[in-house]
Amino acid sequence: MSFIKHISSMHLDILKEIGNIGAGHAATALSKLLNKKIDMKVPDVRVVSFDEMMNMMGGADNVVAGVFLRIEGDAPGNMFFVLPVEQATHFIQEMIGDESFSLELPPYNEIGISAFQELGNILSGSYLSSLSDFTNLSLYPSVPALSIDMAGAIISFGLIELSQVSDYAIVIDTALTDDEGIDLESVKGHFFLLPDPESFETIFTSLGVPQND
Amino acid sequence: MIECKNIIKVGIADMNIVKTPDIIRTSGLGSCVGVVIFDQSKEIAGLAHIMLPDSTLAKAGSLNIAKYADTALKDLVSKLIHKGARAYSLKAKIAGGAQMFHFSSGSDIMRIGPRNVEAVKTELTALKISIVAEDVGGNSGRTIEFDPQTCLLHIRTVNKGVREI
Repeated sequence: MSFIKHISSMHLDILKEIGNIGAGHAATALSKLLNKKIDMKVPDVRVVSFDEMMNMMGGADNVVAGVFLRIEGDAPGNMFFVLPVEQATHFIQEMIGDESFSLELPPYNEIGISAFQELGNILSGSYLSSLSDFTNLSLYPSVPALSIDMAGAIISFGLIELSQVSDYAIVIDTALTDDEGIDLESVKGHFFLLPDPESFETIFTSLGVPQND
Repeated sequence: MIECKNIIKVGIADMNIVKTPDIIRTSGLGSCVGVVIFDQSKEIAGLAHIMLPDSTLAKAGSLNIAKYADTALKDLVSKLIHKGARAYSLKAKIAGGAQMFHFSSGSDIMRIGPRNVEAVKTELTALKISIVAEDVGGNSGRTIEFDPQTCLLHIRTVNKGVREI
């Protein structure tokens, strides 16, 4: 899509604000759910190649827990909430109150998986509803799907739509950390919002932003 | 001299060629399909990380030929032949094409893995290259590594460990 070539720094700033508002609400939801302090980083919006996107997740081989949602409605797209496995295990243990829960080997405890899906659902739901309020667009998330696998395998699935049009993705990435993290850099949850190529136009138009200036 | 094995990495929607003693690898195959085409006696192999089944799906002006099953395999074969492989002795091993997420709405995009596998098989048949081994489908990601000397394809998955085909 030619749009990616024309994107200006103002457009990137607007997308950053979208990430900020969405993830802000999601962080609040996560904080309430786990009853602890959650820190959020300033969102990062980048135009990246598919390989670079894998590197953002610590390499294509890196094993992560990912919740995937397809967004339908006025501005379709894909959304991921990706966590390192240790962090996901930690969150699940806290939610279900079972210290023995582990994501090391399947079959996983069904309650735990269900709790994690619900976590993804609540977080993405709050992200999307704030985005929807902000842009005045109707956005409907699909039922979340969960996968614990290599980052490359998970993320590439969300790139399929995009890859028909472009070799680059506009990634709106927001990192969440909980304050108990020993090494804050290694325990990070990420929200990735990947609007479909046509959706950028819809988003910018609804916000009253000129596209070609 | 100690032979030094370099690992040549192939990214997503990318392809490359390898000769002994080097080996070739691609990481994190989900719904994508990794296709290895090799000439055993010449110890040369090519690997393509294919993302989409058909280049007619492309809506962009510039076409990344390594992304689509139909264009990537033709190009890979001609590159191999250019490097000294013989067309009649080419064989293929394929892996990938998993379904990473399950949705009740079975749209075409959602079953991209099986479609990629089908497209790769059709294209290989058209190129008269036989598939000697495959590990496709399922629902887990794979990292694959091919050594043109032994012609073995190492497949690593998160939960099922390593296997060779």
